[in-house]
Amino acid sequence: MTDQNKFDYILQQADNCLILGQRLAEWCGHGPILEQDIALTNISLDLIGQARLFYQYAAEIQGEGKTEDDLAYLRDAWGFKNVLLVEQPNGDFGFTIMRQFLYDTFSCHFYEALMNSSDERLASIAAKSHKETLYHMKWSADWVIRLGDGTVESHNRVQQALNELWSYKDEIVLETSVDSAALAAGYGISLTELKEKRDAKITAVLEEATLSIPEGTYSHKGGKEGVHSEHLGYILADLQFLQRAYPGNEW
Amino acid sequence: MNKNWPLWEVFIRSKAGLNHKHVGSLHAADADMAVQNARDVYTRRNEGVSIWVVETKHVTASDPDDSDQMYEPAKDKAYRHPTFYDLPDELKHM
Repeated sequence: MTDQNKFDYILQQADNCLILGQRLAEWCGHGPILEQDIALTNISLDLIGQARLFYQYAAEIQGEGKTEDDLAYLRDAWGFKNVLLVEQPNGDFGFTIMRQFLYDTFSCHFYEALMNSSDERLASIAAKSHKETLYHMKWSADWVIRLGDGTVESHNRVQQALNELWSYKDEIVLETSVDSAALAAGYGISLTELKEKRDAKITAVLEEATLSIPEGTYSHKGGKEGVHSEHLGYILADLQFLQRAYPGNEW
Repeated sequence: MNKNWPLWEVFIRSKAGLNHKHVGSLHAADADMAVQNARDVYTRRNEGVSIWVVETKHVTASDPDDSDQMYEPAKDKAYRHPTFYDLPDELKHM
């Protein structure tokens, strides 16, 4: 291992992308209408593509002759560094939209800042991912507004989703020792600056959506340190089954 | 009340300089959503650089029953094709 902190730092975002991508893939064939089914799975594929770029780089840093597949398919739950937000079950369409919005408002600003990373590889992954994420955020923000400012039913459902997810939104901007070291070394980004921009975007969209912003300040955490909710184990059982049961199997 | 979203016709320009071509249709609640849905449904394999959407109800089509009177008369008028001119070799792409 040439740089343990960089490896851990990259895994945080790689795992966010993979797990949320897997969650969205569960919508395949179940979207509310065909057009949105495709939109959800397009985003899923974008996220899995981003995860691959990060895992490939992480595997190089790890330097043990392992590949992106080892990192995605052969780690156990405690090795995953994704935040608890992205492993939450899909719920109804409104819940998925709100979870996506709370993630997109982070990732968009994350990549925007990471484009200035002192690490050229991270900067180039960020530049590519930022374009994809801009579209994701437009899509999820538009839907938050449509549902929030839509019918009584859609408003209530998406408000309920917001209330349930509110305590999951801040773990992703809580600075861990890995984040601080990455920032100090120049390849990481400032989560304090990011949070300010992100919160402004969240507030603006929720207001336009006529949703009431919950008051709670409690935040779930643990994911970034590998302490997860019970959901992650089930996700990994789905995701990793084939490689675990038939090691090395290919298409 | 019709619970389905309105139908939209989608036109994609495959690259700058070419014309928009009809590629299909989709459902969307309004024009903005129609453009986004078209992006997700019809450009995910790198098919285009520009999208037009038109709500299907605004398209007026010719009546198939009128085909004989509309299109038959043009069939034997070969002189309307500009194929009787000698073009210089330097002139390409005509």
